[in-house]
Amino acid sequence: MSDARTAILGRLRAAEGKTPPPAEHFEVVAPRGWSGEEKIARLRRLMESVHTEFLDARGGDWTALLQDWLAQQGLAGLIYPPDTPLGRRLAGQWSGATPLIPYDRSLAEWKEEFFAQEAAGLTGTQGGIAETGTLILWTDETQPRTLSLVPPVHVALLDVNMLYDTLWQAMREQGWTNAMPTNLLLVSGPSKTADIEQTLAYGVHGPKRLLVVLVEGDPAFS
Amino acid sequence: MTHAQASGRPRTVYFFGTCIVDLFYPGAGLAGIKLLQSAGVEVVFPDGQSCCGQPAYNSGYLDQARAVAWAQIKLFAKDYPVVVPSGSCAGMMKTHYPGLFRGRPEQAEVEDFVARVYELTQFLVDVLDLELDDLGPPVKVTWHPSCHSMREMGVADQPKRLLHQLSKVELVELPRERECCGFGGTFSVRQPEISAAMVTDKIGAIAGTGADLVLSGDCGCLMNIGGAIEKAGGHARPLHIAEFLWERTHGRR
Amino acid sequence: MAAADFRAKAHDALGNRELRANFRRAMDGLMSKRAMLFADRTEWTALRALGAAVRARSLLRLPELLEQLETRLRDNGIQVHWAETVDDGNAIFKDILSRHGARRVVKGKSMVSEEMGLNHALEAEGIEVIEADLGEYIIQLDHETPSHIIMPAIHKNKQQIARLFSQKIKDAEYTEDVDRLTDLARRVLRRKFAAADAGISGVNAAVAETGTLVLVENEGNGRMCTTVPRLHIAVMGLEKVVERLEEVPPILSLLTRSATGQVITTYVNMISGPRKPGEKDGPEEVHLVILDNGRSRIYADPELRNTLRCIRCGACMNHCPVYTRVGGHSYPGVYPGPIGKILTPQILGLETTGDLPHASSLCNACVEVCPVEIPIASLLVRLRSEGAGKTPHGGAPVKGAGSRRKSQEDWVWRAWALVFRMPLLNRLSNFALTRFGWALPSDSPLLREWMTVRSRPRFARRSLHELVRREGIPHE
Repeated sequence: MSDARTAILGRLRAAEGKTPPPAEHFEVVAPRGWSGEEKIARLRRLMESVHTEFLDARGGDWTALLQDWLAQQGLAGLIYPPDTPLGRRLAGQWSGATPLIPYDRSLAEWKEEFFAQEAAGLTGTQGGIAETGTLILWTDETQPRTLSLVPPVHVALLDVNMLYDTLWQAMREQGWTNAMPTNLLLVSGPSKTADIEQTLAYGVHGPKRLLVVLVEGDPAFS
Repeated sequence: MTHAQASGRPRTVYFFGTCIVDLFYPGAGLAGIKLLQSAGVEVVFPDGQSCCGQPAYNSGYLDQARAVAWAQIKLFAKDYPVVVPSGSCAGMMKTHYPGLFRGRPEQAEVEDFVARVYELTQFLVDVLDLELDDLGPPVKVTWHPSCHSMREMGVADQPKRLLHQLSKVELVELPRERECCGFGGTFSVRQPEISAAMVTDKIGAIAGTGADLVLSGDCGCLMNIGGAIEKAGGHARPLHIAEFLWERTHGRR
Repeated sequence: MAAADFRAKAHDALGNRELRANFRRAMDGLMSKRAMLFADRTEWTALRALGAAVRARSLLRLPELLEQLETRLRDNGIQVHWAETVDDGNAIFKDILSRHGARRVVKGKSMVSEEMGLNHALEAEGIEVIEADLGEYIIQLDHETPSHIIMPAIHKNKQQIARLFSQKIKDAEYTEDVDRLTDLARRVLRRKFAAADAGISGVNAAVAETGTLVLVENEGNGRMCTTVPRLHIAVMGLEKVVERLEEVPPILSLLTRSATGQVITTYVNMISGPRKPGEKDGPEEVHLVILDNGRSRIYADPELRNTLRCIRCGACMNHCPVYTRVGGHSYPGVYPGPIGKILTPQILGLETTGDLPHASSLCNACVEVCPVEIPIASLLVRLRSEGAGKTPHGGAPVKGAGSRRKSQEDWVWRAWALVFRMPLLNRLSNFALTRFGWALPSDSPLLREWMTVRSRPRFARRSLHELVRREGIPHE
């Protein structure tokens, strides 16, 4: 196969352009100068337009609010990342009726059970993007990829102090190029499809519902 | 643009009639010339002119297109604006002449020519700021913008601005007006069935407006649309906008 | 084969009222959704210019960027494979899958994999390949190919899908309710995801500086395919690379807005490596197959190279009056619409697909909406020229150049040029046509085609030249 590599690159190199590259002007994707409230309002509006639900826990106790919400939904449990600050906070304060289920094994160890859970999955976020109504999720040892994918409900905590105007701003200010995680994910709503007659339907493969819990200045997120 | 605008209102313009107008719609060409003259502009019609070269160009016969294009350019050598009663032919000049002559000795001369090319309604509105006085009876019309006028020549609302000046003319918006009528030169005979489907939809939309006249700035479209309306026994009469404007403002010749 | 095919298939499609209604409705919806998101013309112009610059820059440095991408991907633990042809590409897939003993594969939407005929190649080895994108799943159930590069099942209405599901899915009740149909697919496919040995995906952009594969989707099937199974194999055409991560935002924005009129898709998945030690999920191995299949030949010509800018948004087909009427299945190859008309002949060769570049009225609707400024109409003309053996300048030869040459046509255009170049000849011919044009026989093939739905064009009695002289207009 290295033959193929040599041949392909050889052909490309023989034809490589000598003309100067066109200039790129990034102003159009640069920050918009939105205020904090403008960013929150825009993010909410865009995400709600694609069926995202919101809990505003700013200035309150998000664990208590979430507890109430989950109880009302009648979900079988809340799957959470135990080795994260928010996971520890959650476990320490939880007194709700909804059982907490830690994602503390590899996927292979509980794949069948995990896929069958009628539970919610809880994740933190690395902030949000106002322009498109988007959450930024990093995966690592503590926060598995499937936690925001397989459970029918995804609950994401978003610190409103970590909102960016645009994706371009977020990736630059968070220095993504120097430290990409194995899987960086942008989520802008619950799973959806329009493959049948352009009719929107939610929850085709991933979560049917997405709940964003807005928090502010919580030490678990610093 | 610079030529006309730098000197304000130009005293003299060239008129490039186009081959379709020459052979099928000379009335449209003559009306265009008279509109310009009535606005106080002297019109020069180089006698040796024929075709912009688009038919050969679109068929991929670039050498033939270039030869015919060059034969035209040489006839329009003075510093006058070149006014063309067709968005498609003007678009051929504006969009494709530079590429046809890039890197050739004629390049500079071609670019000078191209910079002077205007579609007729563009020139009437943007340069002459033509004012019209409607003398005709009430009539309902619809407007078909040609693809090349919009997308190669950048003609925007100039034709409609002219039509809106006519007090007794009701302009009805054509549904899906930006969609191609299916002419496309050789396309209409190389892919006759698809072209037929397109023009059939187009004349359906025209009939839906209830207009008495379907106006356009391109005679290729008018030949296609008009031919289809006639064959189908439809109501709307196809007419080039120049002829319509002249009729409305000066009565029938 | 394929060229005659297009006319025959277009004929059938034009006569299928249900199909035409399905396409018309879908394209109208897609066009209006896109238009709403690009209402700000200043923003559109600036974003499009940036998108075009990003793609043009990437192509200028393509070989260098591909090498950089390979290095970064390897540093990140992703294995890279190069395939010159679709057969080579399929062989690489078979090899990786067989080393892992993978028998059940789930697949996200990928047009390159369609180009390769990957499903057939793997099924021939006894490997089950399940298309997991809902649209792809629908057409796979019906043994069809995508009719649109973004919305593969766009040719079907919900009644047709309801019938299909009730016939093909075990224990499925007939329902035309879109939510219930979607839920039905969810139940079937979730089991497939959980049981799959491997996942296959395409790539929307690959970032050279970070070694990242970017995937865009709404459903979550792409995430399932690239996250749940132990093995993930991605495949991309070699043109998909961009240099820097910061070049991704404009491309994403142009892609999703142009394609489906969304400011962003539900998921944007950036994969920069397999599962790290300690991570609880994610594939243990990630592979990338880079496919050439004629692209390096397209690359060799500076004008044709612009074909490779394409980010596969589908806006050109959504706005194409021809595509809207004949649908995606009329086109040979896997890429329909305007992009297919320039890409397919360059991949498959003009011998079989040389008529495709002529299946356009050159209305430029595609050019107007292309988010990366591909001069599609000019490229159509270039390929017409190539087909007729009139290659204007010395780039690399297009496959099948000159194969559509007809000496009769050559003579027609030579005579045409003579008449329109020589004023005297032109005057004579105008005289003849205005006086005696009526006598031309109506049964010439071209006139017959014209007159199927149109009346016969009538020559004027006097040409404009004559009227000008008569009116005393200066005619120097």
